[in-house]
Amino acid sequence: MANLREIRKRISSVQSTQQITKAMKMVAAAKLRKAQENILAFRPYAYELRRLIAHLSAMTEDVSQIPLMARRPVEKALLVVVTADRGLCGAFNSNIVRRASERLREYSDTEAELFLVGRKGVEFFHKRPVTVNGQKINFFNELNFNDAVELTDTVLNIYREQQFDRVEFIYNEFKSAIQQNVIVEQFLPFVPDEEIMKSSRQVDFLYEPDKATILNNVIPKHLHVQVWRILLESNAAEQGARMTAMENATDNAEEMIHQLTIFYNRKRQASITTEISEIVSGAEALKES
Amino acid sequence: MAMELTVQIVTPYGEVFQGEVQSCTLPGTEGGFQVLPLHADLVSLLDIGSIKIQINDQTTRFLATSGGYCEVKDNVLKIIVESAEFAEKIDLKRAEAARKRAEQRLKSTQDDIDIPRARLALARALNRIRVAQFVNSLN
Repeated sequence: MANLREIRKRISSVQSTQQITKAMKMVAAAKLRKAQENILAFRPYAYELRRLIAHLSAMTEDVSQIPLMARRPVEKALLVVVTADRGLCGAFNSNIVRRASERLREYSDTEAELFLVGRKGVEFFHKRPVTVNGQKINFFNELNFNDAVELTDTVLNIYREQQFDRVEFIYNEFKSAIQQNVIVEQFLPFVPDEEIMKSSRQVDFLYEPDKATILNNVIPKHLHVQVWRILLESNAAEQGARMTAMENATDNAEEMIHQLTIFYNRKRQASITTEISEIVSGAEALKES
Repeated sequence: MAMELTVQIVTPYGEVFQGEVQSCTLPGTEGGFQVLPLHADLVSLLDIGSIKIQINDQTTRFLATSGGYCEVKDNVLKIIVESAEFAEKIDLKRAEAARKRAEQRLKSTQDDIDIPRARLALARALNRIRVAQFVNSLN
């Protein structure tokens, strides 16, 4: 019965796939927990920086001394597209890539270039007619604050040296383990938090050195933090997406095994029935003679 | 009765220290300075260097930092830095390795080396080594 053996083989192959998806789900869940811990740990730092910058900007009348806050008409834009380094995480990467392509079309009148973060984005845009200014890949596995610093400084250099007027980040925001939102966020020129600016009481401090120097020094640090937040969010969202995708895959495998087993048993029963009826009819034939 | 100063050290990886202290000495970009209780409200940038906290008459602790800023307001000193490590937790071997890496990068003749960044990395590594060795020499 070649057919029965084939079904058995199929069942065991689905079973081993299920084992893999189950393991991947567990790994993603553990990584998600770590990513969430990172987000929580860094929040106070981000909050303090944001508060100081908003406060300082509220106190500084002459913003022209702060080059990173200067707004210009947008003639050249840079889109930083944050995807993952790995696949098997549902629509995580394709959502980002689709949004990025849309955004490029919206910028069809102006010059727009891409900066790709994560291997999946690089693979997608590799053979497409887009201008790729730079890339950073294969680091999500061991995400470190220094990665954020490095990425920020690279983007800042591009912004300064190649006369870009605007930088945007496109990334997945972590809502919950089952929900990610694609976000397009203006990164440069830098806009301080209006809310805190308004509520910042007009108390003055001693400044050492002066306010403008402090602002010029602190804004890049704040940008490090923004990028770090984006990387953490994207990483958490990726693990969440992978967890969900792998859970679905595991469930589907379960369902498939179930159906295959029923099919297998039915086949087996059918073959036994045929065999019995063959034997019986053979015996009957012998009796009559 | 002397008043106490609350110190809070915050980094991107979380809060490193919080507590009441007698004084705190910081590496300002315009020169080192000490904050005592009842200090005037102040915002100052911090350089790569060491932070010294005098917790009480017996205990003094040192941290290596890679710079950021600090804010004094109402007897609360917030130190917001990109990194801060207690001297006794510094891994000398790793700092030593970081120093060698930075030196090599500065020496290499390749064009794509970011010299300012390599210099900063070297300064950070040297600072960590210095702070760790200083504290080791005290014990």
